[in-house]
Amino acid sequence: MKQALMEQLVADRAARRAAVVATDLGDGRQCIIYPETGNAEPEAPAPVVEAAQKAARDDTSGVVECAGRRVFLNVFNPALRLMIVGGVHIAQPLAAMARSAGYQVTIIDPRTAFASPERFPGVRLLTEWPDEVLSSIALDSRTAVVTLTHDPKLDDAALREALLSDAFYIGCLGSRKTHDARLERLRGLGLGEAALSRIHGPVGLDIGARSPAEIAVSILAEMTQILRRGARA
Amino acid sequence: MAESHADSNGTDDAAIDPLSAALAWRSEGAAVALAWVVETWGSAPRPPGSVLAIREDGRFEGSVSGGCIEGAVIAAAGQVLESRQPRLLEFGVSNAQAWEVGLSCGGRIKVYVEPVE
Repeated sequence: MKQALMEQLVADRAARRAAVVATDLGDGRQCIIYPETGNAEPEAPAPVVEAAQKAARDDTSGVVECAGRRVFLNVFNPALRLMIVGGVHIAQPLAAMARSAGYQVTIIDPRTAFASPERFPGVRLLTEWPDEVLSSIALDSRTAVVTLTHDPKLDDAALREALLSDAFYIGCLGSRKTHDARLERLRGLGLGEAALSRIHGPVGLDIGARSPAEIAVSILAEMTQILRRGARA
Repeated sequence: MAESHADSNGTDDAAIDPLSAALAWRSEGAAVALAWVVETWGSAPRPPGSVLAIREDGRFEGSVSGGCIEGAVIAAAGQVLESRQPRLLEFGVSNAQAWEVGLSCGGRIKVYVEPVE
């Protein structure tokens, strides 16, 4: 692989641009294909571009046969992202675990005592209102949103933005009773049942978690399940 | 790679990134090879697209298996860096005589090893 191509891949990732590298396993020739536009550099045959677009949609790298050649299609989809609303105790282990799992993590909490660099070293912190932040970011299908504040002023408006987006996972901390009350409030904001059914609440897989770190495990496990097996898992 | 890699904005990227490691090694003037899992059959431990970056001195970042064949891939990377020619390696339990390593899980994988130029 040419170093310039690797640098291009790193730049694409920073720009959240999906890319596919096609390698001819016969002669080693490579090109980079952009599935969103269909552009390829250098040019690639149309069947290879189409196969690359399908591979990117499926988020699955692999070998395809095209016009008698064996081509390895290597998918570089944008990094997974996790937006955590609430710099609470559970957010500390969740941020660390999600980073280990490859997520770019952002903590959103206007309460600067919660969202402090001392509590979240090395993590991106935003101290604006969660709904303002979330409405200004394109929450795409590689993004998860988890609300942890328990405070309707912070959680509800953020949830509304998340439910209007393509986020692949939306989780809300709170007991069944808290969650029912939350659904009532969100109905009052005009959200329909189809949207509300996207919320995972109480958040996380039911593994009997007690401590903040154990609850973080259950949340990351449920995010993984939805990411890899889909919403009907 | 450091577990809390932070840039000047205090933000962090994904924890472990073999491509970034490879570029950092290149900027130090080292020769680097990349090994990609391209095909798997059966219960292979890492899916296609998994990558191992190998520096000429044998340092590495990433993985192509659960650790079963990394040693053989790193050795092959040394030859690839000498010849400057990519190679397609195949590993499996039935292929032990060729590489003297195999996958105890019973899977079979193909690994494409290429120099960074």
